[in-house]
Amino acid sequence: MARNPTDDVSQVVLLLDVNPFFWGAEAASGGRSNGSGGLAFDQYFQHALMFVNGILLLNHTNRIVIIATGSSTCAFLYDSTATDGINGSSVTSKANKKTQVSRTELITKSMQEFVSKEEEASKESSQIQYSNISGSLSMALCYIQRVLRGPLPHPQARILCLQGSPDAPYQYISVMNSIFSAQRNGVVIDACVVGSQHSAFLQQATHITGGIYMKPPQPDGLFEYLMMVFTTDLFSRQFLQLPRPVGVDFRASCFCHKKTIDMGFVCSVCLSIFCKHHQTCSTCGATFSRSNSTTVTGMKRKAPGS
Amino acid sequence: MMDMDEREVPLQLDFEDDGVEEDEPMADRGAFERQYADERSWEELQEDESGMLRVDVAQQQRQHRKRMSAMAGPRIQRGIIRYLFVLLDFSRAAAEMDLRPSRMGIVVDCVEAFVREFFDQNPLSHLGVILLKDGIAHQLTDLSGSPETHIRALRSNMESTGDASIQNGLDLARGYLTQIPSYGHREVLLVYSALSTIDPGDVMETVQECKKANIRCSVVGLSAEIYICKLLCEQTGGMYSVATNEGHLKELIMEHAPPPAAQAEMSVASLVRMGFPQRGAEDAVALCACHREVKMGGGYTCPRCKARVCELPTQCHICGLTLVSSPHLARSYHHLFPVSPFEEVENLASANGRQSLSKSCYGCLQELPTPGGKVKGVRLECPRCRQHFCFDCDNYIHESLHNCPGCESNSVILSQLSQ
Repeated sequence: MARNPTDDVSQVVLLLDVNPFFWGAEAASGGRSNGSGGLAFDQYFQHALMFVNGILLLNHTNRIVIIATGSSTCAFLYDSTATDGINGSSVTSKANKKTQVSRTELITKSMQEFVSKEEEASKESSQIQYSNISGSLSMALCYIQRVLRGPLPHPQARILCLQGSPDAPYQYISVMNSIFSAQRNGVVIDACVVGSQHSAFLQQATHITGGIYMKPPQPDGLFEYLMMVFTTDLFSRQFLQLPRPVGVDFRASCFCHKKTIDMGFVCSVCLSIFCKHHQTCSTCGATFSRSNSTTVTGMKRKAPGS
Repeated sequence: MMDMDEREVPLQLDFEDDGVEEDEPMADRGAFERQYADERSWEELQEDESGMLRVDVAQQQRQHRKRMSAMAGPRIQRGIIRYLFVLLDFSRAAAEMDLRPSRMGIVVDCVEAFVREFFDQNPLSHLGVILLKDGIAHQLTDLSGSPETHIRALRSNMESTGDASIQNGLDLARGYLTQIPSYGHREVLLVYSALSTIDPGDVMETVQECKKANIRCSVVGLSAEIYICKLLCEQTGGMYSVATNEGHLKELIMEHAPPPAAQAEMSVASLVRMGFPQRGAEDAVALCACHREVKMGGGYTCPRCKARVCELPTQCHICGLTLVSSPHLARSYHHLFPVSPFEEVENLASANGRQSLSKSCYGCLQELPTPGGKVKGVRLECPRCRQHFCFDCDNYIHESLHNCPGCESNSVILSQLSQ
């Protein structure tokens, strides 16, 4: 049935949202903010760990890498191909055996280190509430690029974003850059949103790269969604009834007021979007001539089909 | 006899002879070829402990970086909305078989790759194809934004006859390019096989006309440098290059895919009114304005006149509004905010003293070279976030990703960037 033997081998990069502001707010509201049953951080982390074990059990050649997305930094937590821990941290001989217990221990340990680093960083600057999804996406793509440089056959690479925090408008360009690079390299981006609102970034990412976007109606049952939807490799997806893509919002937001618009003005030099006509471009400083602000009429419109 | 003669020459002269021999292969080539050929490639070789010849990895990587940085150039304003005519020489000269299967075959392959890359890098731009044969210029495709149309037309018109006329080709392209909106950048890319041009009038006049019309003309030659092509490029601000082999030809054509530096007098900045259509529901039935057919689902609705179009980007066929989707615009943003080039960590030993060297690349966890370590190669540092990267990640980050993972994951730098 399989077209080639590598169809079932997956390289999964799991991006875990570890934004203390999001999880703190979630805990404070007792999970009521997202409607039905809430999700606490330890629950979320446990479900993710079980999912990681599940992926590695499905096929002994499957590989997984975990990257934590914080609000001040991002870091690799775990690499299933590495013989010792990330950052060369002290690894017990138990961990080297890669038994299931030690894997969970290893990930928990690096997660603890990451969280304490986050804690220190967030003391310094307290206003940041977004997570650096663009950073962890870039790291994931760099890692996948290394796998693709490696020996054949290459496993099929995909990225799963477990995202809770809302989109950061200032990350738009870098997230889009990552998405286009993923598309060019045939990397699929899946997204599972556990927060209260949809993520327009991840909707576009999944639409452009052909991944699955899902916002579980009951976040406390996260593990089941992860196992039923996101463990499937790219080959088996064509035989399964997976969640249908919801509509994707392709409207742009203007640079001046961050309003979503369906018609606007675009600077011909730098392609910045504005909702009103301006005299000069605030991004690149170009001065506009009023007469050219309308669309072309001089161009011959060709009759269709001829 | 020759051997005998050489033996009689004193030692001192022998050295000079060696020098001449080294230069000889270069002298064989045309003068224009010298700037492309790698000089002294043998110096990359080093001998290892066991006497085997090895290529110095770090040295090779440094050279690659030097080439790339020369190409990247400084941060400049670029002409993002381009209107480009590709002029292809399909004269008798294109049938020559010095490249296999023929020059024409290779050119078509390269141009096909170029057209795809062009629309990938310049999503709001337009491209048209003109063929030069039988002394006249045929317009193969109109200026349009769909790569498939051009490629299909090109594949079905592979025939080379007669002579090529640069003048006719330029006149035809100029006729179309003078009609485009003033914010667009007018460009011509000529891929020329012949060594002569058979023109009805004075080609010099046409060159001046092109200059006056602000058309940037570039030429990629297949045979040898020709004066008129060089003049054309110099006068109009384009690039002239001559391919020495098949791989080089592809490289030269591809160099024209990223948007060129914008020159102030070439185009007028203006605000263009554009629409961002919503994608229609999957099961709605509607008449599409572009093919005049009833279509199920898909499609986009023009926000001004509510006409249905099949694909983006395009101009609304009813009200003439330029329709794009926001990802199309975002595709070009990396030209505006490029990642600053990484610097090489020159002296590993002294850097080690100041701070502990990270063992692995920040992007991909690959092991980095350390003093006395087994890994060979260069270690690179982002000037902004001070994270260290490997050679491969540096390449990938600057050529494809256009994000620095270190800067992106550092919220302090990110918030500075956003202001």
